[in-house]
Amino acid sequence: MTRNRRRLELAMPWIVIIGLLIVWQAVVQIFQIRQFVLPAPTAIIDAFFEYRAPIMDHALFTLLNTLIGFGIGIVVGVLLGIFIGSSRLVYAGLYPLLVGVNSVPKAAIVPILVLWMGIGQPPAITTAFMLSFFPIAVNVATGLATVEPELEDVLRSLGASKLDILRKVGLPRTMPYFFASLKVAITLAFVGAVISETIASNDGIGYLMLQAASQFRVPLMFAGVFVIAAMGIATYVIFALLEGRFTSWATRRQETHFGGG
Amino acid sequence: MGVKSFVELDGVSLRYGEVDGTLAIEKVDLGIRAGEFAAVVGPSGCGKSSLMKLVTGLLPPTTGTIRVAGQTVNGPLKIVGMAFQNPTLLPWRNTLSNTMLPFEIVQPHRSRLRFHREEYVALAHKLLAAVGLDGFEQKQPWMLSGGMQQRASLCRALIHNPELLMLDEPFAALDAFTREELWAVLQDLWLEKKFTCTLVTHDLREAAYLADVIFVMSARPGRIVATHRIDLPRPRTLDMTFQPQFVEILHKIRNEIAQARNEVRGVATSAKVAAS
Repeated sequence: MTRNRRRLELAMPWIVIIGLLIVWQAVVQIFQIRQFVLPAPTAIIDAFFEYRAPIMDHALFTLLNTLIGFGIGIVVGVLLGIFIGSSRLVYAGLYPLLVGVNSVPKAAIVPILVLWMGIGQPPAITTAFMLSFFPIAVNVATGLATVEPELEDVLRSLGASKLDILRKVGLPRTMPYFFASLKVAITLAFVGAVISETIASNDGIGYLMLQAASQFRVPLMFAGVFVIAAMGIATYVIFALLEGRFTSWATRRQETHFGGG
Repeated sequence: MGVKSFVELDGVSLRYGEVDGTLAIEKVDLGIRAGEFAAVVGPSGCGKSSLMKLVTGLLPPTTGTIRVAGQTVNGPLKIVGMAFQNPTLLPWRNTLSNTMLPFEIVQPHRSRLRFHREEYVALAHKLLAAVGLDGFEQKQPWMLSGGMQQRASLCRALIHNPELLMLDEPFAALDAFTREELWAVLQDLWLEKKFTCTLVTHDLREAAYLADVIFVMSARPGRIVATHRIDLPRPRTLDMTFQPQFVEILHKIRNEIAQARNEVRGVATSAKVAAS
């Protein structure tokens, strides 16, 4: 019984997606919805295959921008998180500023970035970075700030330096927070790259969709949306798997409690 | 306080915060000899844990001086083992690796560990076996029961042979039987290694079973109101804790604590009367 349940659990996402597509298709056909309002899934798939070469080119461009921006976001986010998490003074000084930066709609920033960097790749990478570093920094800082004071006492009374405590306790302890933030940050990085491409680029899925929209090729637009969603899910899954591998100690605990009572 | 005291507190007071902050500890004088097992008992909130932090140098005293091994304490000591009510094991390390944590920090082990790993692993195995954890070395902390985690925590506190062991209610969260088992484990370790030990506890039986000397603290602000020497022979057994002589000691200490609590309550009541 448990094995069947486990199988069902694995199949659930597919059942939901396929079910949704069937309902979508049925609604479009039953109510005779016109294609430029809402294209049927079959029309979207047709559009995808018809234009798969340019779609894949643009998708790769977006993926590259996203991953570069995300990579910079990880480095900056982790360093900033360590910085904020290990000092109360830095936390007090930087946190309001960070919240402010994070609250500004990134679509409003892109024109400024274009002014500085021109169009295309540079603003796309920068926007992806700006959206993705914040959750990483906040999570890393939270992980560090919540180290048990007693554990710190144990280490300090052994003569451990601040760096020792960070290496032996702070960072390993922060790993679950870090990986959780990666899953959020990678999807935000996609959002950032696509926003920037929509506003100022001659390449990328965002640009493709804007072009398709201006020509009322609605199925092509939706094909673009689907490709972004698929890339988002794929990268999310990769980071979820990495998380399971590197922080099994944090999640396995729940499982044993569940099974062992 | 003889000259031979290993831990020596001289007129130590501790106030949290600024001048008008809470006075946690007031004018404490005490001495613990090298190799002695001391216990600090008192009502909750009397500053027992603060006293531990003072001795280990994690907190600076507001007034007075603290000397350990003849040196005035003015920063975290580097030779102390500590264990708390919460075992605070690192969940990403197995029991063996948790126990060996001090070797990664304390010199000279820190520099030697890399090339003499076998030797240190053997030491850890030996200590874990001594507390009854052989066969659990590769288990993660969450696979162990509370009592086992506390045994591992004790091992971590003792593995580098500290001169001073500080225990802050280490057995308070355990069930009665496990607790008594661990008393015996701790006594055996102490008899073998003869480190200087300070145990903070609110369990009088535990204090009297384990300690050579018991310091009774009053309610906040904490002062030492009595000192008892327990001259029962070692190794002590659980049966001894039910004998009249032992029970008499407990009664005496209990009364002193009750008195200390009443004094505070009396002060509080009279203050209330004065206010109205």
